[in-house]
Amino acid sequence: METRPKADVVICGFGWAGSTMAEELTRAGLNVVAIERGKWRDTSTDFPPAVDPDELKWHTRRNMLQPMSVETTTFRNNTGQTAAPVRNWSAYQFGWDVGGAGTHWAGMSWRFTPWDFQVATQTKERYGAGRLNELDLDFVQDWGVTYDEMETYYDRFERIAGTSGKAGNLNGQKIKGGNVFEGARKREYPTPPLKDTYWMSKYRKTVEDMGYHPFTIPAGNLSQSYVNTLGVTMGPCTYCGFCDFHGCGNFSKSSPQACILPALMRRKNFTLLTETEVLHGVKSEDGKTLTGVNCITADGTEVFQPADVVCFTAYQMDNVRLMLLSKVGTPYDPSTGEGTIGRNYNYQTCASMTGFFDDSHMNPFIGAGALGVQIDDFNGDNFDHAGLDFIGGGGIMGYSTDGRPIAHMNSLRGGAKRWGSEWKKAYARDYSTAGNIFVQGTSMPTRGNYLSLDPNYKDRHGQPLLRVTFDWAENDKKMTNWVTDKAKEIMVNAGGKDINLERQTDQSWNPYSQDSSHTIGGAVIGADPTRSALNPYLQSWDCPNLFVVGASAFPNNGGYNPTVTVGALAIRAAEAIHTEYMKNPGALVKA
Amino acid sequence: MNRREALFSLGSMAAAGGLASSAKAAELHGVPAQTALSADNMPTPARRGGAFQVLTDDTDRATVKAVFDRLIPSDELGPSASEAGCLEFLDDQLAGDYGSGKALYLEGPLRPENEEAIMGSPQFLSTPRERYNTGLKALEAYAQKTDGAAFSALSPDRIDAILTDLEAGKLDLGKDVNGQAFFELMLQNVREGYLADPMYGGNKDMAGWKMIGFPGARYDYRPYVDRHDQDLSLTPVSIIPSN
Repeated sequence: METRPKADVVICGFGWAGSTMAEELTRAGLNVVAIERGKWRDTSTDFPPAVDPDELKWHTRRNMLQPMSVETTTFRNNTGQTAAPVRNWSAYQFGWDVGGAGTHWAGMSWRFTPWDFQVATQTKERYGAGRLNELDLDFVQDWGVTYDEMETYYDRFERIAGTSGKAGNLNGQKIKGGNVFEGARKREYPTPPLKDTYWMSKYRKTVEDMGYHPFTIPAGNLSQSYVNTLGVTMGPCTYCGFCDFHGCGNFSKSSPQACILPALMRRKNFTLLTETEVLHGVKSEDGKTLTGVNCITADGTEVFQPADVVCFTAYQMDNVRLMLLSKVGTPYDPSTGEGTIGRNYNYQTCASMTGFFDDSHMNPFIGAGALGVQIDDFNGDNFDHAGLDFIGGGGIMGYSTDGRPIAHMNSLRGGAKRWGSEWKKAYARDYSTAGNIFVQGTSMPTRGNYLSLDPNYKDRHGQPLLRVTFDWAENDKKMTNWVTDKAKEIMVNAGGKDINLERQTDQSWNPYSQDSSHTIGGAVIGADPTRSALNPYLQSWDCPNLFVVGASAFPNNGGYNPTVTVGALAIRAAEAIHTEYMKNPGALVKA
Repeated sequence: MNRREALFSLGSMAAAGGLASSAKAAELHGVPAQTALSADNMPTPARRGGAFQVLTDDTDRATVKAVFDRLIPSDELGPSASEAGCLEFLDDQLAGDYGSGKALYLEGPLRPENEEAIMGSPQFLSTPRERYNTGLKALEAYAQKTDGAAFSALSPDRIDAILTDLEAGKLDLGKDVNGQAFFELMLQNVREGYLADPMYGGNKDMAGWKMIGFPGARYDYRPYVDRHDQDLSLTPVSIIPSN
């Protein structure tokens, strides 16, 4: 075992969370070592425009995602089953190599609503103290941090990412054309919104005529060139349609490589170890803190990296797994409802539909990962739930992500065969006439959904895989049925025919039949240490020099993509480390 | 030097330099000085015109050709799968990381019924290369047993009937092959070959892209995004233009 020089802070996992924290901490003068199990990847050397528009390599074969042979998860719907390993590519899109999922993501750049942070309090206030219990939602709990407290960190992350969009709520003033349901913003987006494709303009007009409030989705796909807050230059998106699952060689998609690494890598107090995998944290003799992390390199060398502060900043699943492997805190037990590590694991409740428009030219190849028009009229608590049998909701978007031909080869009018001359005719007829709507909904935690270590299956180093026990919450099924009906009305009004509609909640969850990759929770923040693994600064209640940063911290899921909230939480945690913790090491919040 | 040669030589330069493509841990202070493309992250074009690497058995190759050309037959909308290079595509894919299942989790124990029930589809410990080997032999054995002829000698209608039954899970190919899953594997791969960039061996003359009106590996649609509901009639382009 080789021991490296001690760092002030060690960062484990180098995607958005890790790079954002490293930037904040090194700027404050701390000595930071980041550890990444994948390779160094950069914009110009690894995904230039010359090789980026390659569907087979990046999308079909998923060359930018973490292979299951490196590490996978196991899955079951309930504790009565024996979990099976996820052997093949599935809905999961775990990040891989430097940049993590921040390299291949689509770029949807949402803030969560104020309600998403305080579902418990606001539901009780608006619908009665017993409402959560009536809906079997006793595991719903506040985050312990409010939207208003998060605003400045959302703003900081958007200024790093260069997010394009239009404000709908500037300091409380509602602005048509923006999202009038969003929490109050202190200032406008860094860059203006992207343009509408034909399908988006049709969708926008349809929902406007229905009395809803459409807006262009805030995007990590930039509408114009931009110099970010770190002095890094980004370029305008070219609508190339090879965005999610691909890297961006054009410096147009917000990513750690495009936005942070050019500034961070040159700082003298920053070191990056690549192809080095963190195995687990190492506890001090009294068991109350971590002394550092044990790692193994690609060439098999075992390394100990000591540090005063340890940050787990891997993908959501791995953050929880690292806590369990490090034996920090008490694993959650669904039979007693006690323990916090693995508690409140959750997903994203979605539905999708495709409608076909005779003789139209949608030109679906013109696209960007976050290119779309959305309404939030039925998201979160933006509508009155009195008389409804659920809480929560979903955003409804008409989107123009891509026209990748392999990905859409089964997107055909109902009943068409998938092979033979009939398939050729159907695909030639339907490819450029399809319009797509996606419902991206909230998810509420339940007692039975959780993460734990699998007793049967192991990774390449012999460590147990993480086991997912999950099925849809009854509340979320009812929510999807209701919101999807609204979405279908939009498709019908837009003129879409032969509508293919898929509500994900119509069958039990399994990883191969999902539309979303948004896994959240398992090491959640909160004000109550018996119900949360972390305090609202993402600091472990059980081990004060450990911070666990990612979507693993979300106690419930908003009807939005997670990245910008992950970035904002990361900046807030890093700020708490350098302004408070380093001066006075210990719990930042009294239990 | 044409663009294709340029891409090859950039790739080999990166391989020779080897910095970012090494399988060794690195300690980085600052951005690595190398500017060459990372060889291990660049596309590897299929070889054209050479010998088959995996589909070396004549009967196997005839069987898969017979299947592929019914899944994508020649008609007024374009060439058949084999005419478009889908056999070369499949061979190249099976010869590489896809065929060897490099990304897959293949550790036991495999409990087939439990895994299928939980995951909603059958799971395998075998690689795509192995599944083609056993699957094609099972198809040939089936044809010999039921029709007394080679699979590749069956009529188009007879092959369609077999494929229809396979797709529906109504045809038993023996205990070693899940017929329905093998059908899905072949259907997936043949259409990948028909619709992927031509540098991977299929989609010859971009026939698959022309069929649906996909313009291929283009960089910039900013001049077109405002041209709503127009037939743009864009000629497709490949990442590496073929002759």
